Amino acid sequence: MSAHALDHATDHHEDDHGHHHKETFVTKYIFSQDHKMISKQYLITGLFMGIIGIAMSILFRLQLAWPDVEFTIYEVLLGKWGEGGVMDPNVYLALVTIHGTIMVFFVLTAGLSGTFSNLLIPLQIGARDMASGFLNMISYWLFFISSVIMVLSLFVEAGPASAGWTIYPPLSALPQAIPGSGTGMTLWLVSMAIFIASSLLGSLNYIVTVLNLRTKGMSMTRLPLTIWAFFITAVIGVVSFPVLFSAALMLIMDRSFGTSFFLSDIYIAGEVLHNQGGSPVLFEHLFWFLGHPEVYIVILPAMGMVSEIMATNARKPIFGYRAMVASILAIAFLSTIVWGHHMFISGMNPFLGSVFTFTTLLIAIPSAVKSFNWITTIWRGNLQMNPAMLFSIGFVSTFITGGLTGIILGDSALDINVHDTYFVVAHFHLVMGISALYGLFAGVYHWFPKMFQGRMLNKNLGYVHFWVTVIGAYGVFFPMHFIGMAGLPRRYYTNTAFPYFDDLTDVNVVITIFAIITAAAQLVFLYNFISSMFYGKRGSKNPWNATTLEWTAEMKHIHGNWDGPIPHVYRWSYDYSKLNKDETDYVIPGQDFVPQHIPLQDNEEELNH
Amino acid sequence: MTAFLVVLVIILFGVAIWQMGKIFQLSKTETSSNSEVATDKDNNVNGWLMLMFTIFIYLLLIICFWKWGDVLLPESASEHGSEIDSLMYISMALIFVVGFFTLWLLGYFSFKYRGKQGTRATFFADNDKLEFIWTIIPVIVLAGLIIYGLFTWTDIMNVDTDDDPMIVELYAYQFDWRARYAGEDNTLGEANVRLIEGVNQLGVDASDPNAQDDVVTNELHLPTGRKILFKMRSQDVLHSAYMPHFRAQMNCVPGMITQFAFTPTVTTEEMRMNDEVVAKVRKINKIRQENSKALVAKGDEPLEPYEFDYMLLCNKICGSNHYNMQMKIVVHTPEEYEAWMKEQTTLAEALKQ
Repeated sequence: MSAHALDHATDHHEDDHGHHHKETFVTKYIFSQDHKMISKQYLITGLFMGIIGIAMSILFRLQLAWPDVEFTIYEVLLGKWGEGGVMDPNVYLALVTIHGTIMVFFVLTAGLSGTFSNLLIPLQIGARDMASGFLNMISYWLFFISSVIMVLSLFVEAGPASAGWTIYPPLSALPQAIPGSGTGMTLWLVSMAIFIASSLLGSLNYIVTVLNLRTKGMSMTRLPLTIWAFFITAVIGVVSFPVLFSAALMLIMDRSFGTSFFLSDIYIAGEVLHNQGGSPVLFEHLFWFLGHPEVYIVILPAMGMVSEIMATNARKPIFGYRAMVASILAIAFLSTIVWGHHMFISGMNPFLGSVFTFTTLLIAIPSAVKSFNWITTIWRGNLQMNPAMLFSIGFVSTFITGGLTGIILGDSALDINVHDTYFVVAHFHLVMGISALYGLFAGVYHWFPKMFQGRMLNKNLGYVHFWVTVIGAYGVFFPMHFIGMAGLPRRYYTNTAFPYFDDLTDVNVVITIFAIITAAAQLVFLYNFISSMFYGKRGSKNPWNATTLEWTAEMKHIHGNWDGPIPHVYRWSYDYSKLNKDETDYVIPGQDFVPQHIPLQDNEEELNH
Repeated sequence: MTAFLVVLVIILFGVAIWQMGKIFQLSKTETSSNSEVATDKDNNVNGWLMLMFTIFIYLLLIICFWKWGDVLLPESASEHGSEIDSLMYISMALIFVVGFFTLWLLGYFSFKYRGKQGTRATFFADNDKLEFIWTIIPVIVLAGLIIYGLFTWTDIMNVDTDDDPMIVELYAYQFDWRARYAGEDNTLGEANVRLIEGVNQLGVDASDPNAQDDVVTNELHLPTGRKILFKMRSQDVLHSAYMPHFRAQMNCVPGMITQFAFTPTVTTEEMRMNDEVVAKVRKINKIRQENSKALVAKGDEPLEPYEFDYMLLCNKICGSNHYNMQMKIVVHTPEEYEAWMKEQTTLAEALKQ
């Protein structure tokens, strides 16, 4: 692999233009093998899916706030399921299901980790490209196909999958139980199977690249935390996604080939099914064996980027680098042994519930360490309030507020009464949904110049976007804890069937209004993104004065990233505001950061981090 | 309302576009190459906003409690429920304390250390002592919580047969519930979906001697003071029997019998007198009256006034009528319960008819 990288290096010396391939439109923009282009493809596909997912959430929020009001928009967008402006209960469930699926997998897994792993791994470790550009291309196009199938499934006659994003059988296995479990569910499963293949190809590529293609001097302990996070995320993905694949495969068998992995003793639509001996609880185990690590697949890349962006903008090293790495490892390990906390009341043995309570609450420890370390990182810093920094601070805020309620939900005894209520919805939206989205936004604001050849996002629009979003997001999810504690179950089409919940209506109205405002703020971002892509101001090569290698690469996108030889690395990536031995000035006088490729200076003390 | 919302969205969108255009033009006139990097002015403004944002979070919390503190569930109506509630209070108190301080530090540091040109950040890369402290404190606190939680959990979930619990089956199907009482012998008759036929809706084995005195009802009536062991079954898809006032929930799984036990302590009559419930019902009825006015104006029937009842809800997505899969629960004194039970027909009688 390194020989391959060297070849490129010499190639570029011989060829002044830095382009030794003939690039056509197709190889440059469509079937590109260049990691920078693939990362943009991931981002734009992810954002497109995000628009669909958020639009869906607005539709069902309207329904929840004003169940008796007829909205013409239902008829416009939902067609026969919104006739006369009244939403069909089945399509409500479909919206909830597809919203969850799209946001978790297509936006926060592919859109977040796919985008930034591709962009940053080669650039930050000093590699010309991914280990296999071809696999990388395949990975994106599989993701694209799975997105297309998921979107197509919205248009099938009986409606898309509507058994919840967790697709628990028998509901997801029997079209008699809900119309969405017909063709819609088949397409959902096919789409996810392809998605898993895409994710695995991507993850294997990231792992190999991080292990093998680091530039000279870039030891594992000198890696920026972003790379650590992407690396471990890829490992978790490789460990857990195949299990979801097996679950999906067995579900396909149960649906189409008459097996009984998850079905037993079922009487539906006036007849007894032949299935015998299967267990839906088995599916829950398999699903959550992926499903829980999945939330860390979503949040770890965000954590890594936030650590990097915070250190850069605080002009301080990240506090406790080794503890940060250790907590990523601890979280990754624990994440694979806590899945049962989604199943405390599933009917599994209560003793198992005790074990999972124990492991689940342990996760609070590395999470607490991380939060304290972030707070200490901004202590006595010189905070540069760029939009990326604001989103990083916002991330820590929602990670704390959302994470703390996890202590309640992770405790089996307390989970009994809040399980599947809006309390859970509030918890996971704050801790993984909103936090990961903030991580995504922080990353986009910070690395936009790297993606679009030096162009930068407009900062004032960024401020508007940030402030409306943070206020709105808390406005949506904070009151949600209350309706959850009041005993309101999630996934209810309307709460009017229970007069007991009548006093929750105005809370739901408040939540919906905040949701609309927050969604509108995303239009500001979208405008900023598109206009800056073409007309954004070009900043300097290293606009945030960061130490990592990506800012030494060429601004113009060339194949191979560096026009000359790949820079070598002599230090960790967090030498911000480091003083010289006499403490008279910074290590490099007048400059408060030392990039990784600068050798140790004469008047500098070498520190081991 | 629709029109109002549409107008609201259009206005917001318009304002956003207008602001964007303005800002975009302003940013164009600048010439410096790093004009999109935060200046001291940006740092100052956003630092202050961060401080205000922290205060906003506290205010939001206070407003939520002040406005909606009364929507929360009333005191527990079951024996183990009070244990859950006290564990909940302790956990909540902990969360509030930790959340209050960490969010304050985050907001205050963001404000206090907002960037200024010429300021030097402190190179502070690690401190083992500090990190040890904030690893060990969560360890100790969580150990306490885990132990407390596990004892509570084990107490609730492990049913002691010496208590002689009353056996009741909860039977779930799309989209309703049935309850089956084990009768005099306190033993449920065998049942399977393959035996479902006509009135034998639950598929009970009519030849099983234990089944003869079983009683099937569509309301759940329970006596206070006796442990009830619920055996849950489902006929078609996953359901979840959720009884929020009793702090009880368990999934109903086709092909499997799950269980949950609790002892009711407060009768329906007593709960209706509970101050919190009285206030809540009054508030709900006020809302319903308001809504009725609108309905009557449209020529529809007004809503009936609400009276408090315990309820069993389905809390696992199960299909189109999931939102309305409910059963009324009535808790009696033991004497009232006996009287009610006497009026019920046994399965043997019901099948003969």
